[in-house]
Amino acid sequence: MNNIFAVAGIVIKELYRRKDFYVLFILTIVICLVMASVNIYNDNEIIRYIKALCLLLIWISSLVIAIITTARQIPAEREQRTLLPLLAKPLSRNQLIFGKFLGCWIACGVVLLCFYTFFGALAASREHTWPLLHYFQAAFLHWVAIGMVIALTLFGSLIFAAPSSNSTICFVAVAAILCVGRYLDAVALKLSEPLRSVFWAIYFAIPHLEWAFGMRDRIVHNWPLVGWNIVGLDALYSLAYAAVFLVAACLVFRRKAVN
Amino acid sequence: MNPARTLFLLLIALLVLCFGLAADLAPQFQSLENSRHQSDNFFSLLLGDSSRIFANSAFVEADAYYHSGYYPTIFDNNEAFQTPHIAEDTGAVASHNQGEEESFLGPPRDWIDAFGRHFIPNRHTHLDEGGPTDDLSKSQEVREILPWLKLSAELDPENIKTYVVTAFWLRTKLDKVPQAEQVLREGLRHNPNDPQLLFELGRIYFENNHDSTRARNIWEAALRSWARQAPGVPQLERLKKIRENFDDRFMFEQLQTSLAQLEEKAGNRDAAIARWEQAKLASPNPDDIQKHIDDLK
Repeated sequence: MNNIFAVAGIVIKELYRRKDFYVLFILTIVICLVMASVNIYNDNEIIRYIKALCLLLIWISSLVIAIITTARQIPAEREQRTLLPLLAKPLSRNQLIFGKFLGCWIACGVVLLCFYTFFGALAASREHTWPLLHYFQAAFLHWVAIGMVIALTLFGSLIFAAPSSNSTICFVAVAAILCVGRYLDAVALKLSEPLRSVFWAIYFAIPHLEWAFGMRDRIVHNWPLVGWNIVGLDALYSLAYAAVFLVAACLVFRRKAVN
Repeated sequence: MNPARTLFLLLIALLVLCFGLAADLAPQFQSLENSRHQSDNFFSLLLGDSSRIFANSAFVEADAYYHSGYYPTIFDNNEAFQTPHIAEDTGAVASHNQGEEESFLGPPRDWIDAFGRHFIPNRHTHLDEGGPTDDLSKSQEVREILPWLKLSAELDPENIKTYVVTAFWLRTKLDKVPQAEQVLREGLRHNPNDPQLLFELGRIYFENNHDSTRARNIWEAALRSWARQAPGVPQLERLKKIRENFDDRFMFEQLQTSLAQLEEKAGNRDAAIARWEQAKLASPNPDDIQKHIDDLK
């Protein structure tokens, strides 16, 4: 376990040395503040459109950071020829994979903490309330969904030749799931065989990231809390999916040449 | 001939040709540009006619905000959302909605769908009725639709519905009557003498400013404008009860009904009866109006 945490620590340090997070965070703040400065019929209490925009930017930023950071982890180790010395130490291949995953996941957690703190402050500036439990639910589900994405990207980094192709494919897959994942079953019902079965299979096979993504609407429009048992089940589902991708990554990495 | 000299002469000939063409075409292009350049709207210049599509999307987004995010997508049954409810509830726009608005999602299709519904807005509510909290004291939260309506009006200044809806919510729930009037006057600048905009402006004078005389003048102007929209077509022809002229009949009925109510309030019984008779021609419920006329008589 110590080995996993050691690898994770290096990944976290790498993230705060890079500029990705700072650029995206400042960009989000600037865009939200500019939008908040728009005068709409002299009403200073209008906030939901800013909340919606801010949450959308947080999702985009977190996905960019998660995918870009994860996609380059193992290919960079290989290119810099540090992978072989790393594995020569008492560190197994599985520990390396889990360490990289944990590092990226915790780093994204820290990033989300900063983003959601800004979001809360922005919303409170006009709504004058702090629904902390709501924000906690949204951020927590966001974080576990990002865990799935990180595991998927890590798995992809062992299959695809270059980090760029892996990142692009992961972005397209995640965007497709977020936009139409929820409706694939409805589309399948309108199709004839064998397309219907294909769509059904895809619908049940994909990780349903859109559940956490849908929480944006609940937060923006001040809906009541989601049941904690539902949140727990979603977290369990996401972690199970992340575990599937990680195990698959370990199996692929076991047969992979390290030099 | 010296090849260098030939090339030089050819160059001069080409320059003369270019100059001549430019001198000939420049005024033509300038007049074309002037005829096209009707709007100083930033979005129209940037997006051209496609700005109308975005304007409609912004209007639909306003309706989605009115429902606190509980809104059908292209994959859902949206029969009950053909006319946005923010427009339908103003009373100034004809409704084309049918079907069940409460449960457009239908029963869950599978366990993933059933589970996923916990994470999205899952109940039909209206912001002016308190939204998801059902707290009527929060009816002013309907203000949240305004940014999208403002964007829609910027994108498509010729869309009457946007001005009417914005003005209605500004004056009824947000108590911003001067801003509502300003919105309608902005709409009239882009769409001179539009009957729907004049109708809504008349309502401001009648219901908010309690100025019956100006309201009557504006509504009568709206009726004249309505008549001018189809010159040469007899009124009875325009009021024939067919599906295609539903919006047309609705506007006529609204104007006549409002004028009839105004005359009733002013104590002009005969004028009121005459207006109700006109409203009856376009009404989907003429028997109810006839009963009211009998009561007045």
